[in-house]
Amino acid sequence: MGKLTRTGFITVLVMVALAVLPPMFLWSGQAFYMDLATRLVILAIAAVSLNLILGFGGLVSFGHAAFIGLGAYAAGIPSYHATWGGFEAIATYNGLFQIALAVGISALYALVTGAIALRTKGVYFIMITMAFGQMAYYFFLSLDIYGGDDGLTIDVRSELPGINLDNPLSLYLLAYVSLVVAMVIKFLIVNSRFGMVLQGAKGNPERMVTLGYNIYLYRLVAYVISGAMAGYAGFLLGNFTTFISPDMLDWTRSGELMFMVILGGAATIVGPVLGASVFILLEEILSSYTIFWQLPFGLMLIGVVLFIRGGLMGFFKGKGD
Amino acid sequence: MDYTLLFVQVLNGVQLGLLLFLVASGLTLVFGILDFVNLAHGSIYMVGAFIGASLTFYLGNFLLAVLIALPITGLVGYAIERLVARNLYDKDHLDHVLGTFGLILVLNTSAHLIWGPEGIAVPLPAWLDGQVELFEGAVIPTYRLLIIATGLGVAAGLFWLVNYTRLGMLIRAGASNRTMVSALGIDIQSLFALVFALGAMLAGLAGMLISPITEASIGMGGQIIITTFVVIIVGGIGSMKGAFIAAILIGLIDTLGRAFLGDLFELVMNADAAQTAAPAVSAMMIYILMAAVLAVRPQGLFPPKVR
Amino acid sequence: MKKLIGAALAATMLTSLAHAAEVKIGFVTTLTTGAAVIGKDQQNAVNLAMKHMGNKMGNLDVNLIFADDGFKPETGKQATDKLVKQDDVDFVAGYIWSNVLLASRKSALDAGKFLISANAGPGPVAGKLCNENFFSASWQNDQTPMAMGEVLNQNGVKSLYIIAPNYAAGKGMVAGVKATFKGEILGTDMTKWPSQLDFSAELAKAKASGADGLFIFYPGKAGGAFMKQYQQAGLKDSLPLYTVFTVDALSLPKFQAANFTDVLGSQFTQQWDPTLDNEQNKRFVADFRAEYGSYPSFYAAQAYDSMFLIKSAVEAVNGDLTDMDGMRAAMKSASYPSVRGEYTYGNNHMPIQNFYLREVVVGPDGNWTTKVVKTVFEAHQDSYAKDCPLK
Repeated sequence: MGKLTRTGFITVLVMVALAVLPPMFLWSGQAFYMDLATRLVILAIAAVSLNLILGFGGLVSFGHAAFIGLGAYAAGIPSYHATWGGFEAIATYNGLFQIALAVGISALYALVTGAIALRTKGVYFIMITMAFGQMAYYFFLSLDIYGGDDGLTIDVRSELPGINLDNPLSLYLLAYVSLVVAMVIKFLIVNSRFGMVLQGAKGNPERMVTLGYNIYLYRLVAYVISGAMAGYAGFLLGNFTTFISPDMLDWTRSGELMFMVILGGAATIVGPVLGASVFILLEEILSSYTIFWQLPFGLMLIGVVLFIRGGLMGFFKGKGD
Repeated sequence: MDYTLLFVQVLNGVQLGLLLFLVASGLTLVFGILDFVNLAHGSIYMVGAFIGASLTFYLGNFLLAVLIALPITGLVGYAIERLVARNLYDKDHLDHVLGTFGLILVLNTSAHLIWGPEGIAVPLPAWLDGQVELFEGAVIPTYRLLIIATGLGVAAGLFWLVNYTRLGMLIRAGASNRTMVSALGIDIQSLFALVFALGAMLAGLAGMLISPITEASIGMGGQIIITTFVVIIVGGIGSMKGAFIAAILIGLIDTLGRAFLGDLFELVMNADAAQTAAPAVSAMMIYILMAAVLAVRPQGLFPPKVR
Repeated sequence: MKKLIGAALAATMLTSLAHAAEVKIGFVTTLTTGAAVIGKDQQNAVNLAMKHMGNKMGNLDVNLIFADDGFKPETGKQATDKLVKQDDVDFVAGYIWSNVLLASRKSALDAGKFLISANAGPGPVAGKLCNENFFSASWQNDQTPMAMGEVLNQNGVKSLYIIAPNYAAGKGMVAGVKATFKGEILGTDMTKWPSQLDFSAELAKAKASGADGLFIFYPGKAGGAFMKQYQQAGLKDSLPLYTVFTVDALSLPKFQAANFTDVLGSQFTQQWDPTLDNEQNKRFVADFRAEYGSYPSFYAAQAYDSMFLIKSAVEAVNGDLTDMDGMRAAMKSASYPSVRGEYTYGNNHMPIQNFYLREVVVGPDGNWTTKVVKTVFEAHQDSYAKDCPLK
């Protein structure tokens, strides 16, 4: 019981801090920290989505940044055509359409790549998801019309009913509410029968197969849900930065997302959020002291892997359990 | 079709493939025996290049510098094994990926601090700096032939090592069944350290060989490591033969793609779009190859027999 | 966490109090990765400019903040956002890379800041995306290769093969040389940027094309790699090389250390050279060499100029940084002493300036450097100016 309340306490603490602090930054004239918080919350959504398959499903996807990129381009490309003409079928600033596109494309990409990738196991799975991520990276690199390597500037943000994304506070609140919804969805999934099978297949796949479950199908569904969720995060990220480039899909970005999940604590609901927070803040603080910030950052990464089992959540839960 | 050009491009592709093989052979050894995913293998390639470059200026002789830099790079590998890698073996692949990702950041930044950001241009001795005309019109830089010869020589040496020596037997046994090897009373710790150092030397050699063509520079490891992983995954983790064939295959695909894809694309689209699309698509081809191979053979082309 | 925020709040309050008596300048350049050697050179030049100014512009102290773009557009944009929103700078300057500038321009300009490019000059910024608060202290990308195209015509080159990296500046360079070169283009290869450093396949194609000349654009370490592979391929006599932004004061000491004599005598075009005869340039080059022990690169020269351009704006309004119109008019007049000599600004705030043909020579003290061969263009304006709605 003590364990439960401590996890609950951290969850409430993190979520309340994220709800209260950023608006305070904005009102005290610290627009930059508000930006930082927005980036943090959006990446936390992506980390939460990754955790569904990585933490609970045991599927180490090393290409998750691809879904974020797909989502971002799904916001940027319709907006680009609405501004500069061409491609009438999708040219619009309508945010609902763009969200549908972002989620749809990401889910479809997850379905196709997942169907192939899930045939492999272990490190082959890590590498094939990375390969699919790199394919998406090079695909956007090859699109001259959307800037290729130079990226695409979004001149007009998505238009959503009742929400003005040009207002940093509205954008932040949308991201925050989305994060809460994503966490609730994941909580419901994890505690459903579907989630039980998924977690069972992580520990002992043979047993689940013997029990008559088609674990391939369960995993594929989880992979698609996770990809779609990351695609939605990409839609938000594109609207936030107003600049998208193939760099968003690079394998190093997928690595960073993985690190957020592990740092916070895989297979926990709030872990990825905590991990994303610590990751973003550390990067910001270290890089403001020295351009060689990657040295302490890298050492810390190694330290976390070597010494902290179960990430920060495991650490906070105490050594007793 | 210009067959002389095709021949030269094939040779270029083979040269790139052999360089990839040098890096991949070490990685596949470490991966196969130690079951350790080492993303930082590319950073050892960089460290080797810098050590070789510094020694070239200190000694005034490129080949001598390479000979001395090799054991030093091996020692660096040994130190990394002792300090970091060894403590990660019994953790899962995810921890390997993250830990060695951290190691990349540490090694890159350290190289920046030690050697500065500008990189080092490595001079070649005059006899290596010329060209050889293999036949009418087919002129190849002498140094690239040296890389091909070195690559083939090392490949032959590794085949001998793996197939005909006691160490090789242990390596093969370790790749297919680790517990059996330790049950045989072999000092598995020393074997691991030895394999790791050997892998580091091979990667370092590749770095030293490339630096007279490009430069020793920070971040050069990040560019090769992912391609190298594709090589060993396509070839089958732990398989030396697989790494060799996949490396040559990927070297050829990359070079021939760069050489001819643009012209091919111009047949179906306008020249500007073709020029932008071609390099990206030729870079994408190796990932398509990998996904295709894994879709058909989930353990690569030549998986070690038992796992 | 709370302590941190408290400290941050306190720090901002303090800086906003001190704000009145200083001009804040953010300088975005590359301080990490292999390209940091360029950023370092710019940083040195900016610091030298500060020393020459006594760290003052008019009656205001200069508060200079360097930021790292990590050689990536996205990181550069984040750095710009931070300078604009957190540090609230008055001027954002720097930008080596065209793609970084394109990604960052909106962040600076939408916030109503002046944006001064110390290097990058992509076409859109000179044309349809031109802005009244943007000024270039360098050139428009296409201009330097246009000058090279003219040199090729003068040298009687009839056919050309082109190899360049596949990003904003690479495309501009190719467009530039194609605009003025009158002969035939036998082939163009665009390579992956910045990761591709082995050009064996492209060199083999260029050789097989039978062209009279080879035109390339490879800034930074890729340039050194290309030059060496060109030499190793033994193409010097059969396929003469014509470069822009590839050989510079950063690569020459490395070439000299490696005794790479083929680079001696190679020619390229530029708007500036260390031997240009004006007071500002003499002082800049001499003091730069005394301070840092090497010749300044063109990156350094432009970074140095950008600081004096800003100084002229601040002095024209007597330190009243709210007078944007006054500062804009002052910069538009280009009345500061530039190391390249006098130039003017077009309607798009791109320099209208001379372009010279430079050649690599052994300097009087034995160090490899460059000299001016001839003037290729006088008062040359870029071709995007007509697309810019500014007057």
